[in-house]
Amino acid sequence: MSGGETDWKRAKTGFAALLGPPLGWFLLFFAVPMAVVWAYSFGTNVGISDIEISGTFANYARALEPLYLGIMGKSLAFAALATLICLIVGFPVALAISFAPPNLKTWLLIGVMLPFWTNLLIRTYALIALLRDEGLINSGLELAFGWAGFERLSLMNNNFAVMVGLVYVHLPFTVLPLYAALDRLDRSLLEASFDLGAGHLRTIWNIVLPLAGPGIISAVLLTFIPVLGSYLQPDLLGGPDSQMIANVIERQFKRANDWPFGAALAFMLMYLTLFGIALQSLLKRRERPE
Amino acid sequence: MSEKPGLLDYARRWPLRLWMGLVFIFLYAPLVVLVVMSFNDSRRTTKWQGFTFDWYRKVFEDTELVQSLINSLTIAALSTVISLALGTLAAIALWRFRFPGKPLVDGAFSLPIVVPEICMGVAMLIFFARVMPWPSGLPWPLSLGAIVIAHVAFSFPFVAVVVRARLHSFDRSQEEAARDLGASDWRALWDVVIPHLRPALLAGALLAFTLSLDDFVITFFTAGPDTVTFPVKVYSMVRFSVTPKVNAISTLLLLFTVLLTFIALRLQARAEAEKTS
Repeated sequence: MSGGETDWKRAKTGFAALLGPPLGWFLLFFAVPMAVVWAYSFGTNVGISDIEISGTFANYARALEPLYLGIMGKSLAFAALATLICLIVGFPVALAISFAPPNLKTWLLIGVMLPFWTNLLIRTYALIALLRDEGLINSGLELAFGWAGFERLSLMNNNFAVMVGLVYVHLPFTVLPLYAALDRLDRSLLEASFDLGAGHLRTIWNIVLPLAGPGIISAVLLTFIPVLGSYLQPDLLGGPDSQMIANVIERQFKRANDWPFGAALAFMLMYLTLFGIALQSLLKRRERPE
Repeated sequence: MSEKPGLLDYARRWPLRLWMGLVFIFLYAPLVVLVVMSFNDSRRTTKWQGFTFDWYRKVFEDTELVQSLINSLTIAALSTVISLALGTLAAIALWRFRFPGKPLVDGAFSLPIVVPEICMGVAMLIFFARVMPWPSGLPWPLSLGAIVIAHVAFSFPFVAVVVRARLHSFDRSQEEAARDLGASDWRALWDVVIPHLRPALLAGALLAFTLSLDDFVITFFTAGPDTVTFPVKVYSMVRFSVTPKVNAISTLLLLFTVLLTFIALRLQARAEAEKTS
């Protein structure tokens, strides 16, 4: 098998027929809209609905004001904390799945993936029923400790609820790549470590973590990136002070009706995301030197 | 139970079992509560007041809600068909040909997968408001066009990834053999390559369908007042009041998802059994 790829010049019609439709769709319905947002981020509002692309950096300057920089920082902090929790919760799960017997493994994987397949909105909504003031957790605790003067915990409309929501929704994003990384490990190295007298924790710390390192970092980024752009969890579960960057962007486009500024904020998020992606692909390349 | 678990048999050690149990409770408890509450004969409290099918009846009486579900399923079906075609074409083109700028195209196709939904949402909002306004007042399935276009734009790269992974296991000499036996390029593609791809096509279709049905953020920015999809409708219901109707329709959708997943798994298992026999 010498490469097996055909040079495009040898079958131009076939090449165009294959690549043309997807590339055309991508350019017209993805690249062009994104480019328009990018252009708008250098625009100014003229009148009620007209926007002039004036090449100004004013929108970016405004995005760097303390108020918005604070929200950006908060989003990054939320994403970092949610990713850390996902990692701590998810690592033992991935470890157990990757060493489970094949039959059980399939079921455990389905178990992790099924919530991933169910509607995001429904999953976020399901949390409300548990967390709200007269929700299940509070009613349960009231029933159990009501005699001791239990007062309802406020679990909803605050940062705590947002964090629960972010972890709940993104946990499968962490477990699946972690599982993929751990499943590739050479088992004989672990056995050698045990033979030489190391305990489980020591083996995990000294052998598993370094070997699965790039895979773990990849899992971190695969969780961090979607969490950073989360819209629904802060919107539905959060309070007025738990807005993340996506909520501020949405407000510019719906209520505040300041599209150029919204576009600039959207591109700030894009730059952060693309930076994360670049980092991830760099690590992936290091993981598999060819 | 007296059998000692193997050294690496982490799934059978109690600390990990306990941990797994807690994680699975965390993942599933909210969904179980949702399903149970959809049968609860009470409007306000979360206390159990008796079994009822009332909320399901009310769901079907709510024509707007039913219409939003029909919209969502129609959009998902259309988006799946187009995404499957485009994704497969892209995967085959990238697998088959060597051309200048290939890494660029390859990277570009993965952008819709990684771009934050909110960014793509506002891009679609601006695009359909200013660049290519979707005509309003079109007859029903056509009025959903803008949403279908947006869904295809972020779904087809996922299909391409799945199909490409499967193409890696394809033995190119099979295609060459077909051509040696006189089949044209297209014939060889259709009769030899496509059948090999069947499991990936199924997985890709399922992925595209779920992605479309699941999407809220991008649709939220693309949908007009008369093209409300199921997630957008549920969002507005949740925003204004928590009604058990939402529990009922969510339960139906959950059931649908579980069913779809299991059908896909069965088909996949059967395809693998065929391969080994």
